Amino acid sequence: MAAPKKMLQIKQDTTQARLSSMTLPDGATWAQDARKAALARVETMGLPHGRDEYWKFTKPDTLVQAEPPKAATFDGGEAPLWDHVDRLKIVFVDGVFDADASDDLSLEGVTIERLSDVMNKDIHWAKDQYGVLEQRGQEVVERPLAALNTAFATDGIVLHATGKVSKPINLMYLHKSDNSDVILHHCIKLDEGADLTLLETGPAAARFNKTMEVEVADHAGFHHVRVQGRDHERRAVTGIFTRLGTESTFKSFTLTMNGVLTRNECVIELTGDDAKATVAGACVGDGADFHHDDTVFITHDAVNCESRQVFKKVLRNGATGVFQGKILVKADAQKTDGYQISQSLLLDGDSQFLAKPELEIYADDVICSHGSTTGAIDEEALFYLRSRGVPEAEATDLLVLAFLAEALEEIEDETLAEAMLDRLEGWLARRAS
Amino acid sequence: MLEIKNLHVKLEEEDKQILKGVNLTVEPGKVHAIMGPNGSGKSTLSYVLSGKEGYEVTEGSASLGGEELLDMEAEERAAAGLFLAFQYPVEIPGVGNMTFLRTAVNAQRKARGEDEMSAGEFLKVIRAKAKTLKIDADMLKRPVNVGFSGGEKKRNEILQMAMLEPKMCILDETDSGLDVDAMKLVSEGVNALRDEGRGFLVITHYQRLLDHIKPDVVHIMADGRIIKTGGPELALEVENNGYADILAEVA
Repeated sequence: MAAPKKMLQIKQDTTQARLSSMTLPDGATWAQDARKAALARVETMGLPHGRDEYWKFTKPDTLVQAEPPKAATFDGGEAPLWDHVDRLKIVFVDGVFDADASDDLSLEGVTIERLSDVMNKDIHWAKDQYGVLEQRGQEVVERPLAALNTAFATDGIVLHATGKVSKPINLMYLHKSDNSDVILHHCIKLDEGADLTLLETGPAAARFNKTMEVEVADHAGFHHVRVQGRDHERRAVTGIFTRLGTESTFKSFTLTMNGVLTRNECVIELTGDDAKATVAGACVGDGADFHHDDTVFITHDAVNCESRQVFKKVLRNGATGVFQGKILVKADAQKTDGYQISQSLLLDGDSQFLAKPELEIYADDVICSHGSTTGAIDEEALFYLRSRGVPEAEATDLLVLAFLAEALEEIEDETLAEAMLDRLEGWLARRAS
Repeated sequence: MLEIKNLHVKLEEEDKQILKGVNLTVEPGKVHAIMGPNGSGKSTLSYVLSGKEGYEVTEGSASLGGEELLDMEAEERAAAGLFLAFQYPVEIPGVGNMTFLRTAVNAQRKARGEDEMSAGEFLKVIRAKAKTLKIDADMLKRPVNVGFSGGEKKRNEILQMAMLEPKMCILDETDSGLDVDAMKLVSEGVNALRDEGRGFLVITHYQRLLDHIKPDVVHIMADGRIIKTGGPELALEVENNGYADILAEVA
């Protein structure tokens, strides 16, 4: 954590205002200790303020204030995504595990428990992970909302993969109350050689604060595919904190549709040699109320590791997109291969994309490339398509999908990717009318 | 078929007149060629007819089969049967060539109130047409024109023309950037499409292309007007003597 400094009075005030209405949940001694330590981190850092370095582009006010603004529930009338895929479903309704709606949690190669149960157990492996990866993430950049999460979360999944998990696990979120203020904390541990695909779908709450800690041991593979939306009034801050062992793989892809404010953070530490991490996202936003923020921090702390960041945003009618991505290559992390691209396609002059790409490199034998672009629809390509008889709206959609394709290609499983492409096409079609 | 009357066009962004009264009629089944020095307005004519933005028609008209073209959107002109083979075909990363063509074929059919082509039928037709143009399966799968050589791009234009079966084809300097073999292949593709109901307007700098695609009528364009019209012998005259004599003669 950064050296103590004098906190802005307003930060102190808003932090106290938020904390005064909250009490630390009970639990086993280790759980209470973890919560108290997290609370102390929040008090030291203070909750985010617009003057904080990584909150200049995204107003944290509604994420920080004591009561969340109301958000209407949304039913798009669609069947659940990936209904045709054999998967284990775990349902949370407004942040509360719903055993009746969920599948049986027993599955080969994995032990799945509920956080609220685990936190009451005197002896549990989660003791060494809960709040630990989150806390490590604070060392590079302050993430007070994740610390707040660790202090107050009462629900979530605690998942221990010991081998190849036979089917994907789908966390399905349902939003039923217009003022639900939800904190979920998932703790995921993959043993050596384990392999797990985790899916996340659905609107979770009016305000959603989610932290996911993922420990990926040597030779293990973690695959994460997430779809956020189509709820229109969502406010969400999510954080993934992961640490990768030797020759392990981490892949995370997020598709975001709608929502008022979504901030997705991802903090990755490559600590074992030859590890590979990919974090990618595609987002489509419509209207001046739409604000989407991807904030990524990747630390290379081992030899011959690869990291990829691929983010694409399509923004229209005054929507705002933010990308803040940093690659830190420590002195010993030779042979690092770091790649970062963030691009936006602005469909009108009112929309905006704010990008802050950063590289900090202390090793001398590395390849790191980064690029960030903002552009409009290519008029030449649009005319070419129209000259072949494709109507303007359809031609524009084709070009939008073509733009997003590079990010979608990061999804390994084609069945999952195709279903997401259908959703995207639906989103575009609805806006064409 | 294509009827252009007294067409005056200026650039939208600057006050520069490019076309200064073009008159031209292409009858069904005929091939007309337009030749002319650089900057004479040949490419502008092709863009204005196909509906590219950035031009303002200040006077005159253009119609296709009796329908006023200049009031239509680009896609409506295409559905009405107009096709422009681009001088510089556009690369579209992320859109597969096959997807692009199928979308175009079906969009035009839909606009004309016809049934869409099924995936199977489309595949059968495109494979046969691609084969005669020596376009392999890989080129069909790749993104539109991305990484194509100059010759491949032009062959791809002709493939689109063959799939869309337009009434009126405009070829804008289709010979540019082609070697002798590629030119032959492209010309054969064009000639295969010649029939009684279809008109062609071939824009070129050189006689060479017209050896392969034999025109019925040759026009010489200079400074935004058609200054001379004749038979195929006119193209030979240009090849031998350049434009200087013709320009002097008209002046």
